[in-house]
Amino acid sequence: MPDGKKIRVLIAKPGLDGHDRGAKVVARALRDAGMEVIYTGLRQTPEMIAEAALQEDVDVVGLSILSGAHMTLFPRIMKLLKDKGMEGILVFAGGIIPDEDVPALKEMGIRAIYGPGTPTGDIVDFLRQNVQ
Amino acid sequence: MEVATEERLNKEGRRAGPVLAKPRYITQNQSIGAKNSSQAIISPSLAESRELADRVLAGDRRGVARLISLIEDDSPEACPALALLYPHTGRAHVVGVTGAPGTGKSTLVGQLARESRQRGLTVGIVAVDPSSPFSGGAILGDRIRMQELTGDPGVFIRSMATRGSLGGLSYATGDAIKVLDAFGKDIIYVETVGVGQDEVEIAATAHTTIVVQAPGLGDDIQAIKAGILEIADILVVNKADQEGAERTVAALQLMLELNHQPQGWQPPIIKTVAVEGKGIEALSHEISRHRDYLQVSGRASLLRQHLAEEELWNIIRKTLVARIMDKLDRAELDQLIHDIADRRLDPHTAANKLIAQILE
Amino acid sequence: MAEERASIERSKEKWQNETLEPALRRAPERQERFETSSGIPVERLYTPADVATDYTGLGFPGIYPFTRGIQPTMYRGRLWTMRQYAGYASAQESNRRYRYLLEQGQTGLSVAFDLPTQLGFDSDHPLAEGEVGKVGVAICSLEDMETLMEGIPLDKVSVSMTINATAPVLLAMYEALARKRGLPLAALSGTIQNDILKEYVARGTYIFPPKPSLRLVTDVFRHASEHLPNWNIISISGYHIREAGANAVQEVAFTLADAIAYVQAAVDAGLPVDSFAPRLSFFFSAHNNLFEEVAKFRAARRLWARIMRERFKAQDPRSWMLRFHTQTAGSTLTAQQPDNNVVRVALQALAAVLGGTQSLHTNSRDEALSLPTEESVQLALRTQQIIAHESGVTDTVDPLAGSYFVEKLTDEIEARAGEYIAKIDSLGGALAAIQVGYVQKEIQDSAYIAQKAVEDKKRIVVGVNAFTVLESQKPQLLRVEPAIREEQMGRLRALRQRRDGPAVSESLARLRQAASGNDNVMSHLVACVEAHATLGEICDVLRQVFGEHKEAVVI
Repeated sequence: MPDGKKIRVLIAKPGLDGHDRGAKVVARALRDAGMEVIYTGLRQTPEMIAEAALQEDVDVVGLSILSGAHMTLFPRIMKLLKDKGMEGILVFAGGIIPDEDVPALKEMGIRAIYGPGTPTGDIVDFLRQNVQ
Repeated sequence: MEVATEERLNKEGRRAGPVLAKPRYITQNQSIGAKNSSQAIISPSLAESRELADRVLAGDRRGVARLISLIEDDSPEACPALALLYPHTGRAHVVGVTGAPGTGKSTLVGQLARESRQRGLTVGIVAVDPSSPFSGGAILGDRIRMQELTGDPGVFIRSMATRGSLGGLSYATGDAIKVLDAFGKDIIYVETVGVGQDEVEIAATAHTTIVVQAPGLGDDIQAIKAGILEIADILVVNKADQEGAERTVAALQLMLELNHQPQGWQPPIIKTVAVEGKGIEALSHEISRHRDYLQVSGRASLLRQHLAEEELWNIIRKTLVARIMDKLDRAELDQLIHDIADRRLDPHTAANKLIAQILE
Repeated sequence: MAEERASIERSKEKWQNETLEPALRRAPERQERFETSSGIPVERLYTPADVATDYTGLGFPGIYPFTRGIQPTMYRGRLWTMRQYAGYASAQESNRRYRYLLEQGQTGLSVAFDLPTQLGFDSDHPLAEGEVGKVGVAICSLEDMETLMEGIPLDKVSVSMTINATAPVLLAMYEALARKRGLPLAALSGTIQNDILKEYVARGTYIFPPKPSLRLVTDVFRHASEHLPNWNIISISGYHIREAGANAVQEVAFTLADAIAYVQAAVDAGLPVDSFAPRLSFFFSAHNNLFEEVAKFRAARRLWARIMRERFKAQDPRSWMLRFHTQTAGSTLTAQQPDNNVVRVALQALAAVLGGTQSLHTNSRDEALSLPTEESVQLALRTQQIIAHESGVTDTVDPLAGSYFVEKLTDEIEARAGEYIAKIDSLGGALAAIQVGYVQKEIQDSAYIAQKAVEDKKRIVVGVNAFTVLESQKPQLLRVEPAIREEQMGRLRALRQRRDGPAVSESLARLRQAASGNDNVMSHLVACVEAHATLGEICDVLRQVFGEHKEAVVI
């Protein structure tokens, strides 16, 4: 039965790497926590991600990348989201992201960055607490 | 002009679809508003509804996305916005695509959308996936098959979870289609869940219903027997390059012959290989032909009446239930239930008593 | 024998009553039950009574069923090949690195390609933005291949290329380069990974749908059997399947199921099994659970020998041998306390050696954070050298054989993997099982279970869910210059201006024709790269003919 508002999350893999184990484990954990997860698969361009976020009216965008292209792709995604009027959306990221990149990523509006070994429960809690 | 036989009308009558008990768009707040003589009150939410409707009509994609969410979430703004959009609907051709998992529905819808775009039509897609009965969450993965379409401004794709509905669509699907219709989409493809035995609800929503089969799934004949043939305007055998495709076609042919209608629309069987784009043009042609048939035969206006009546009754039923629930004294209801369970009172008398009390 | 067993049972019962029971009453065990990563129960104690195998039937190394190893002397004769996967940035820079490694005495190279190269995009393709030279070297044309191999004697160095979807194109470039240098093709030795099936379930760098992809694999098999007799035509990979979340049993089962599909496809295409089977090679992961891993390698060897001999009726003993490369498991590396990874890698490498690997890559401690630095790569190599030269485990063949526990695990893994293979057979083989999402679902379920076990602390990961410390100091990291894409794009522009345009179009048109029909595409690919058609142009033609694969969502 519908029970009012559901948290909707887009899980996307920008870049070309095919390592989707983390993205899928997170997607499943969020589903099991009662959220609706739009999973768009591998090799998403920033344009595709921003447009899917818009059409699906998601509350959260989760980005997973292991190829090392995050400093090129994440700023583009954040700008496109802003251009489309979705600056209020909560964005988090995971994958292989060196610590020294974290301040710059937070600066551009990515709220949380999860490295390997993050318990999925942490992500669930963070989203529940921070989605208005 | 064809004269509809009784039997044929019954077949169209299939579009009635199952009755849903779920009171929709009636939230606590709204019911109270309704009690106070409803629509005249200008609430902040009505102003919001108006703004949302304007955004949809002005072609604002974000407005469309927002309104569909509000519909899904049973928000009070949804109903008035839909009311404002209603005069702008009825233009789009709605194509339902149903079939078992693994038949390639998403790929097929993606290809059909591409084909429609090549013909200069704008496209809406609603793809429904099941909610988990345990957590209420869902994984919606149909966009994977439609990736390239995401960049096309002439296409709007929305994924929906069933959120407890069992008929292959979600409760909000019909209204999401209306939003996309008012938004100006020429053709709207609706992809059902494709897991239930009972996916006939799509036929109560779409103008043209496509039933997809694929060879080698083992239970194809079973699915046909389960009555899915009854709702098909077009039958598709996808993955037609695989072993057993001819057998599936032959089985469908036989079922059609057994079910033969002397007059009216004869559902064609189209072979496709959706991943390679094969057979899509032919399928698209059949969709157009069915649309033309609905127009020329006068079936279209009949269908419209029928869908309108069904929808009206559905809403009346839901609204009534919601109002009754709202007015009922819980303690009184519990007492009645006890009485029925203990055989002191029969359920018919109890129901009549309750309704009479409320309708007074 | 039976008498001996009964006597063991009697002694065991006595021990249980007199020694064990009082001990358990004083202090219970840490857990109620113990099991391996694959869920195989681990008993308190193994005795000869627990093992069904009659050890006289275990066999000897170098003969069927090769449980104890594929060579009679194993590491007493020659150590495994220490082959570190490397390659990054531009062809020029990688070339410098390779020449350095060769000068240091290394005899084999292992080439890592960047993602655009793996996916058939030239460096100037919009999707290549941010990816050029990141996880490997960018190779767009024959010229890039020439630069990559400049000054390297192709007839003396064995080259391993981690390339799959575009393997036929890269192999064509390598072959064209050899022809240009006037070398006989028989002189070339090396390996291409060329294992597309695992891309659909685990690694994600696929381009075309499975059927045409399998046809490309078979085209390579045939071409190599005719022209490249010393080339390893495929490296059937369980590594990525394991990394995606599979357990040890699944790793063996799904890898061998893929291998069966390749062999069947080639046999169906008319190749005699012994004409190519000796050129098949495998690639496994070495994970943390030491004994399970050792047993895994032994079980895989025995299972494969039986499959090749009994199912495919291979006659040549070399067709029965499972030769494999091993890499330590990247997914076990933690970003927390990265130095702990050195210890993990050492244990994993030990498992690979005790399991009889033919070659080994040891991961660097900082790979959970980014590409490894030169220092950590060196430490990883030193780990192998210490095992080889200091530990003494190389001085006898299959040293763990006869351990009741290891033999029991070997039997168990073989049996359980065999059940999976039977299930996949019943679904119509690996290709069909992948198409309906069965394999993906099994892997993801295991991944999810493993993740939950860590979160619930049923499985301890040191430094992650136990023994954590507040960390601030982060090691030195290696970065790739973004300018690399610009340079690569400049080179592509220049090449496109310089080359003979009509010749390029003509070669591509012939390729299109071959791909649409049944001709072997390999010779056409060689013609294309010789005309200086780029990787992206070639793959665009194939994409148009074959279509592109979209994954089935299985979560």
